[in-house]
Amino acid sequence: MEIFNIALKATFIDNMVFAYFLGMCSFLAVSKKVSTAFGLGMAVIFVLTITVPVNWLLQEYVLKEGALAWLGEDFATVDLTFLQFIMFIAVIASMVQLVEMVIEKFSPALYGSLGIFLPLIAVNCAILGASLFMVQRDYTIGQATAYGFGSGFGWFLAIIALAAIREKLKYSNVPDGLKGLGITMLITGLMGLAFKSFIGIAL
Amino acid sequence: MSTETAEVKEKKPAEALFSKRRRRIVSDPLNEDNPITVQVLGICSALAITIKMEPTLVMSIAVIAVVVFSNLFISLIRDLIPGRVRIIVQLAVIATLVTLVSEVLKAYYFDMYKVLGAFVGLIITNCIVMGRLEAFAMANKPYDSILDGLGSGFGYAWIILVVAFFRELFGSGSIMNFKVFDAIGWESFPTNGLMVDSIGAFMVLGILIWVQRAKTGYVEH
Repeated sequence: MEIFNIALKATFIDNMVFAYFLGMCSFLAVSKKVSTAFGLGMAVIFVLTITVPVNWLLQEYVLKEGALAWLGEDFATVDLTFLQFIMFIAVIASMVQLVEMVIEKFSPALYGSLGIFLPLIAVNCAILGASLFMVQRDYTIGQATAYGFGSGFGWFLAIIALAAIREKLKYSNVPDGLKGLGITMLITGLMGLAFKSFIGIAL
Repeated sequence: MSTETAEVKEKKPAEALFSKRRRRIVSDPLNEDNPITVQVLGICSALAITIKMEPTLVMSIAVIAVVVFSNLFISLIRDLIPGRVRIIVQLAVIATLVTLVSEVLKAYYFDMYKVLGAFVGLIITNCIVMGRLEAFAMANKPYDSILDGLGSGFGYAWIILVVAFFRELFGSGSIMNFKVFDAIGWESFPTNGLMVDSIGAFMVLGILIWVQRAKTGYVEH
């Protein structure tokens, strides 16, 4: 039940986009069509659900102060926390590479439409952000997995919703300077306002 | 402007040190080609840490340092990087620099380090850094790359400082932690909770983009 709560909280209340502004670059750039947004959203869910627990293992058994105790007594005081960023980003980059190869093999159409944005998942702040928040919050491995999935799913919902709105927006008459990024920011703000209503839910 | 060199910052009067092309490299990202409002890069941190101006200033300095030095290093080794693994190489360089920045902050400025928290680490995934490496440093000489990094860094900095200014002013009623409205005797100034919240950030940035694009005449299709 607690795990379910964490996933739910990460999806709606602590939504990656609306509460922490993470993954905004691809959120804004790939949200012009629902189908592309769907593909990218799925990829993000997948990468997040895998990288957060993997990074949890890394943190717990390699990086944390005293984490290397399992190697023997000499290592009990080693603190490799300063390697955190490099290790996490390496895990993420290799995971993304893997996803890229899988998608290229099984869905060339999706691969074509995602194009440059697939490698860009590696620099999607939402992925690294989830790992860093996971460390800050002292999750267990089960909680970490739930958190990874939940935040991925929240990001997925957000990008699908925005893409749907932007598809309709094509037919509206927006002032010149506000076209594109400007109006998208304002819409995202309004969507954030809607997501704020979830705060009242006590989990 | 009597000689060919402009008296911009440094004094070396070497021929093309500040040639027109090079000045454009620095000045373009400040306005017409701004990384945030035009190229849509680095939005995440632009919004997350702009509640107050002080952390925003620290963040700007950190980003400028990282983008300048990563541009320089990647530019120096650009001919040695095999195309297929360039993303990993770039990430390794950026992550090292960000680790350095974070350790410096932790050592000398611990309060600020706690405020910025995970967002220092997230400079790694700041698209501006990565984007400049891909678009510029991989194809240009080191000196030009430094200039490009400076341009993009300052282009990023002034936008987030403006956003932070409005968010802090209306959200907390202060500028750089100085209570403006109390000082001018308007103590009952109603602070706007939305400004401190994420929604305010989206709105302020959206409007800022509108104003800036209306000025430059840039229209997205």
